[in-house]
Amino acid sequence: MSRPTNRRQDNHKIDWHLPSISSSASAHHMSRELFVLTYGALVAQLCKDYEKDEDVNKYLDRMGYDIGIRLVEDFLARSAVRKCRSYSETVDMIAQVAFKMYLGVTPSVSCSNTTENEFFLMLDKNPLVDFVEELPAGRCSLCYCNLLCGVIRGALEMVHLAAEVTFVQDRLKGDDVTEIGITFLKKLEDKKHKRKK
Amino acid sequence: MAIFSVYVVNKAGGLIYQLDHYAPRSENEKTFSFPLDLVLKLHDERVVVAFGQRDSIRVGHAVLSINGIDVNGKYTADGKEVLEYLGNPTNYPVSIRFGRPRLSSNEKLMLASMFHSLFAIGSQLSPELGSSGIEMLETDTFKLHCFQTLTGIKFVVLADPRQAGIESLLRKIYEIYSDFALKNPFYSLEMPIRCELFDQNLKLALEVAEKAGPFGPGS
Repeated sequence: MSRPTNRRQDNHKIDWHLPSISSSASAHHMSRELFVLTYGALVAQLCKDYEKDEDVNKYLDRMGYDIGIRLVEDFLARSAVRKCRSYSETVDMIAQVAFKMYLGVTPSVSCSNTTENEFFLMLDKNPLVDFVEELPAGRCSLCYCNLLCGVIRGALEMVHLAAEVTFVQDRLKGDDVTEIGITFLKKLEDKKHKRKK
Repeated sequence: MAIFSVYVVNKAGGLIYQLDHYAPRSENEKTFSFPLDLVLKLHDERVVVAFGQRDSIRVGHAVLSINGIDVNGKYTADGKEVLEYLGNPTNYPVSIRFGRPRLSSNEKLMLASMFHSLFAIGSQLSPELGSSGIEMLETDTFKLHCFQTLTGIKFVVLADPRQAGIESLLRKIYEIYSDFALKNPFYSLEMPIRCELFDQNLKLALEVAEKAGPFGPGS
């Protein structure tokens, strides 16, 4: 068959000569501190705008969702990963490739003992909270990094995996570690999009 | 060695971007005097040659412009009806340009959604689970390459059959899409892409891929 030989020819590396606006953390020239400070300013402004912690958490999650639906394509385009065959493969991919690419950290993955579809990402180092000592008084249930939960939720939804993502433990709230819990729900069917025609 | 066109199809099968990159080869402009020895007729909302093939003007070629003014369907750009205009001896001598009719944007939309449906059928016909869907459609005059991302967007490139490097071009177009279309905060997902930077960078990438030639770079 002629197809295999075609494939081999296409593996030539082409020098694209295009401006390198890569967003992977390693190639990006923007200061990391600027990013962390911008995020902090964002959360501080949201705290001024909304009194209730639930509202701030909700808006952070929504913003994260809008980021996640776009970021996932950038991630898939640059990392050229193959389709994941199981939930645990997907979560491994998020922890080892995506987090590394965008935040420069690699959380450790663990699976829940009770439910098959529940996974935990434990973050030793979280660059977003580098400059945060503790939550302000009266803001005990604020999830400072809730944007990350939204990002993961949006990204998973775009690859047809519905999931609930929340912080199960947070060092800022007094727990020992920071842990993100991902619970996969029923898989979104492709047929949902065909009906829109 | 050429890349003819690029189509981007969203998850629902709607065309969100289209670029034609080829220079049409078979267009001719000639001056005519009354009476016109070609028989013209209205077909599919276009004025086409029905009889009287001569020189390089063939049956099926459409009237593209009259006296330098572009023709849209059966009317010229300044509102005159083409057949009426050409039937009047006082308008002669007239210079008419004939050529293979280009696809209108509606036709392109239809073709894109039809391809989307074929693609879906193709993946379902697969005897194995998790088929990639139609990757290539080959004819003697062009090859259609398709790449579907894990999120359901399809990038389709029509190119010369001898052109190599289309697989990497498709990945590159995906990167350009994720950079210049998605990162634009005012671009809504699944909507037609109207981003200048995307256009510019896509054209640059097409030129690089064409220069690479049929055997890849280094030949």
